[in-house]
Amino acid sequence: MLRYTVKRLGSLLASLVVASLVIFACIEVVPGDPASFMLGINAQPDTVAALREELGLNRAPHERYIAWVSGLVTGDFGTSYTYRSPVSEIVVERLAISLPLAIYALSLTILVAFPVGILAATRRGSLTDISVMATTQLGVAIPNFWFALLMVLVFAVNLRWFSAGGFPGWDEGFLAAVKALTLPAIALALPQASILARVMRSSLLDTLSEDYIRTARAKGLTARQALRRHALRNALIPVLTIIGLQFSFLLAGAIIIENVFFLPGLGRLVFQAISQRDLIVVESVVMLLVFAVIIVNFLVDLAYAWVDPRLRSRT
Amino acid sequence: MTEEGLFRAALRSRNLVVGNLLAAAFAIGALLSFFWTPYDVTELAIATRLQAPSGVHWFGTDHFGRDILSMIMVGAQTSIAVAIVAVGIGMGIGVPLGLAAAARRGSLLDETIMRGNDLVFAFPSLLIAIMITTVFGPSALNAIIAIGIFNIPVFARLTRGAALPLWTRDYILSARVSGKGPVRISVEHILPNVTNLLIVQGTIQFSLGILAEAALSYVGLGVQPPTPSWGRMLADSQTLIAIAPHMAMFPGFAILLTVLGLNLAGDGLRDLLDPRIRNAQP
Repeated sequence: MLRYTVKRLGSLLASLVVASLVIFACIEVVPGDPASFMLGINAQPDTVAALREELGLNRAPHERYIAWVSGLVTGDFGTSYTYRSPVSEIVVERLAISLPLAIYALSLTILVAFPVGILAATRRGSLTDISVMATTQLGVAIPNFWFALLMVLVFAVNLRWFSAGGFPGWDEGFLAAVKALTLPAIALALPQASILARVMRSSLLDTLSEDYIRTARAKGLTARQALRRHALRNALIPVLTIIGLQFSFLLAGAIIIENVFFLPGLGRLVFQAISQRDLIVVESVVMLLVFAVIIVNFLVDLAYAWVDPRLRSRT
Repeated sequence: MTEEGLFRAALRSRNLVVGNLLAAAFAIGALLSFFWTPYDVTELAIATRLQAPSGVHWFGTDHFGRDILSMIMVGAQTSIAVAIVAVGIGMGIGVPLGLAAAARRGSLLDETIMRGNDLVFAFPSLLIAIMITTVFGPSALNAIIAIGIFNIPVFARLTRGAALPLWTRDYILSARVSGKGPVRISVEHILPNVTNLLIVQGTIQFSLGILAEAALSYVGLGVQPPTPSWGRMLADSQTLIAIAPHMAMFPGFAILLTVLGLNLAGDGLRDLLDPRIRNAQP
């Protein structure tokens, strides 16, 4: 296990280095240079020169790369050009919305997908199974931002149960904040829950046909007991991997969904930074999100190898 | 299975028939729009703006008085074109990479290709698509490139995985004995045997491409106005949803039905082309 962990840690570091190089290079190849890109075509030459100085663009690229990365490591993400405040402060502020939203959506995904997937697998071929498969097929195909719009139309415009968007802040009370995150979380969770329910179903169907389940039944366990004691635990392995992967989809999906509901989270920050051409924010926040995804994938890999010892020797 | 038998089995597969019909409906709409649409989508008619669906405008009109049915037909062109080219990029680069990795299994080349794939996989795709369009400006071309890049590892992995077991087969050995090199073997013997898998995956990536294009143009990073696109139409509908809900309905259903059609067709094709799955999942 130790050897496997060290090996995976090595490739984790390599991924992070390459990712940072790619993101840095993307910003480098901006038409013109970052300073004139940020200020637009009507900027005065001396303003551009001042910003070049501020951004350190007069230094060599490798010096700037090292400065950027060492800043990231020490928690100094630079200063936002439009907000005029440290990027790390803005990020922490925005995370207070995006992180609870992601956890909320992931919890909904699991709470819906598990029972639904198990139900469909245990009643394979029944009307329940067929309707689950049909509904999840729709859930996968529906664009989640459109689903979000429809929910706004029904629950905010017509029924007036929820507000159409915005976030009151955590100071306004826990319930009010959770209420504001409910529609966005459902919109984010729908496609993921559909995928996860399908994976849960097919994984459970696979394990239910294994010999050890027949043995368990033969020694007198009821179908329910065999399911709970033997099948579920084994079926969970592929399901856990998918949950890990879904984290990255939730992050990316949040960029779109936060825009539908005007939630001031990380996704909206990236998007606003793009339209304001605030490259410092874009560069650092994108790197942060990629970092989060790579770390989660790493943890999933480790958990997977811990559960299934065969994987350790394979790599 | 004979060709005729395969065709009969295809007709019996409900998924395949329904999926293909749905996908074909949109493809025909897109093709038709090159020659004819009920109304001109570039023509603004403020007098007849925000009209609900009626006999004159089947799907109603938008905030500029443009006919929504016509815009959906032209929007289908955009969606389909972006998704096709993106899948083409993924296949065109990913398949050769996968074939090469399989042919040189365990070599430095294999290792480099697969680690590179892992890296692209680790990036949240939409985020990088946004990054690319930020730097190079929002346009259909950049949306295609952004979506296409993330199709490369999908096809490379799939091809490598399917090709590896083939390399141990006897007919590959006899091809090697007869003096064929790895490139020729890959093209003449391996590729034809992985084509089925590639077609099925291609259908799935195609539907994901349509969703991705819609999402990108929804946030304004895809095709630029005045070219109609489904995602853009949904973005326009957002502020008017209380007074003109039809503006949000039709483009949304267009995306949903196209993606659903492609997914069903993909499922049906997989069942049809892979008898093992057909028997395992009744």
